[in-house]
Amino acid sequence: MDSLKVQSVDTVNPGYNAAKNANTEIKSEITKFQRLKRDKWLYLLLIPGLAYFIIFKYLPMWGIVIAFQDYSPFLGIFGSKWVGFENFIDFFKNPDFFRLLENTFILACLDLIFFFPAPIILALLLNELRLQAYKSVVQTFIYVPHFMSWVIIASITYIFFTTSGGVVNEIVSLIYGKEINFLSAPEWFRPLIMGQIIWKESGWGTVIFLAALASVDKEQYEAAIVDGAGRMRRMWHVTLPAVRSTIVVLLILRLGNFLDTGFQQIFLMSNSLNRSVADVFDTYVYFVGITQGAYSYSTAVGLFKGIVGVVLVLGANKLAKKMGQDGIF
Amino acid sequence: MSMPKMHNTPGGRVFDVFNFILMGLIGIIMICPFLYIIAGSFATEAELTRRSFFIFPETFTLDAYKYIFSTDTFTRSILVSIGVTVVGTLVCLFFTFSMAYPLSRKTLMGRSFFMNLIVFSMLFSGGMIPGYIVVKSLGLLDSYWALILPLAINPFNLIIVKTFFQNIPIELEEAAKIDGCSEVGIFWRIMLPLSKPVLATFALFYAVAIWNDFFSALLYITDSAKWPVQVLLQQIIILSQAQLGDAASAGASFVEPPDQSLKLAVVVVATLPILIVYPFLQKHFAKGMLLGSVKG
Repeated sequence: MDSLKVQSVDTVNPGYNAAKNANTEIKSEITKFQRLKRDKWLYLLLIPGLAYFIIFKYLPMWGIVIAFQDYSPFLGIFGSKWVGFENFIDFFKNPDFFRLLENTFILACLDLIFFFPAPIILALLLNELRLQAYKSVVQTFIYVPHFMSWVIIASITYIFFTTSGGVVNEIVSLIYGKEINFLSAPEWFRPLIMGQIIWKESGWGTVIFLAALASVDKEQYEAAIVDGAGRMRRMWHVTLPAVRSTIVVLLILRLGNFLDTGFQQIFLMSNSLNRSVADVFDTYVYFVGITQGAYSYSTAVGLFKGIVGVVLVLGANKLAKKMGQDGIF
Repeated sequence: MSMPKMHNTPGGRVFDVFNFILMGLIGIIMICPFLYIIAGSFATEAELTRRSFFIFPETFTLDAYKYIFSTDTFTRSILVSIGVTVVGTLVCLFFTFSMAYPLSRKTLMGRSFFMNLIVFSMLFSGGMIPGYIVVKSLGLLDSYWALILPLAINPFNLIIVKTFFQNIPIELEEAAKIDGCSEVGIFWRIMLPLSKPVLATFALFYAVAIWNDFFSALLYITDSAKWPVQVLLQQIIILSQAQLGDAASAGASFVEPPDQSLKLAVVVVATLPILIVYPFLQKHFAKGMLLGSVKG
């Protein structure tokens, strides 16, 4: 029995190996075709989704070329005249450009200063609550506004801040003596926008930080106590480092969207009286492009914004890596 | 994840009390605008003018609701919103799950190419105007499909569902193959039944997104008869062009429109579906978001 087995292995193996080596290339070709054939149903399942991405994501990307054209809907992309960078030059020469840049930039900076840290602070404080049931009740409350649409948030703001019987203005007139027109006064536009976004999103923003905090090793706290660290020192030296990488990633993403001022929110809160501070790139693209039909010009404005965004996110990522953090790419 | 019982300094105790009160206050501030809106929608107009803020109305009335549901404009826009949300959710689920499954098969040729295609579209987009031109040239302007198709796949959701399919043990699939099940059979008979909870979660994700969507309707729907409730809300409260009266004057209702409570009632009706599903949302959204951030 034994000898037979050995012999058979000896006789079979060399030939098999030789054939395998010789056929490797042909074999992989066959496999490729066979794999396609084997997975044909999977590819069929893929078709609707792929069609979606091509039509609604990649076709618009290709449509960006109209920024370099004098596009007319009747002539189409192939028939319209090419104008090079004319639309961009027009935009930079336009007196609106600096106003838009200023408004967008100020809102973005305010957002970074006031809104960005809000969920972090809220998460740190929530994390210090000792009564679990109380903590989950608070969480249930603060997540609610996130799920409301901007129209509802703006409507509630209008109802509360209106000068004709709004709750806030009744309190203001009690203290201050007269009412303040929050909804149309240009100087109140930015505080209102910041207040709205903090109210709507800071509660929900804590979710990601609370998850990071949940993974902190309890022994680190115990060790800190042994070393004599009080509450504040423990927060500073144990809790905060645990969320540092999350903060950096979110900061990079935020910088990439630096010029995204939230079209819906700004659009809903702007009116003819506060337009001087409310006009930002996004709303400008809408008004000039959709309402006035200047497709090429507004696409150029949108592209300018998009490119600045890509540059910002790459720059922020590089900076984070230089500072010894991980970055996102 | 409660803190281990640890020694607390007097300063720490003061902090605890302060923090307890502060968090409670923040929680109340976040929620009380909604409580006022709901309470006010059931109150009389006289009470709304007299009292500036309350959580419980003194006299309970359904007048505002009776009035808004007697108008054509409002009832129609609620029906539009419900219809678009139901159909849209089904469409979104179909597109997302049918794409996520093939992408979860590691042996699929071209898989990384398709994934790169998806990820790139998350980083860079054509922008508002080219997107508008595509929808326009598809002839979807003023069609309900314009409120659904451009939102059919949310790439974040797609990647989470793909990860879910990937984590289903391979043995199940192999066993099914041995029993003679085809690829599509595996998807229908094994993967989809297994992913029922995930389907439910993403049904909620998409339903909320579509119900809350105002942007698409603003861009693509110009015919006011086809407005979903979000646009109507904007018109009534923000532009204050309350043109609800058209049907009511035709004799459907003789109640004098209670102005402020009417506005509040419209907000409540637009908010209600979200508040109803909120307990489920809170649970699943948090979980889904974590799944995405950990494994996405």
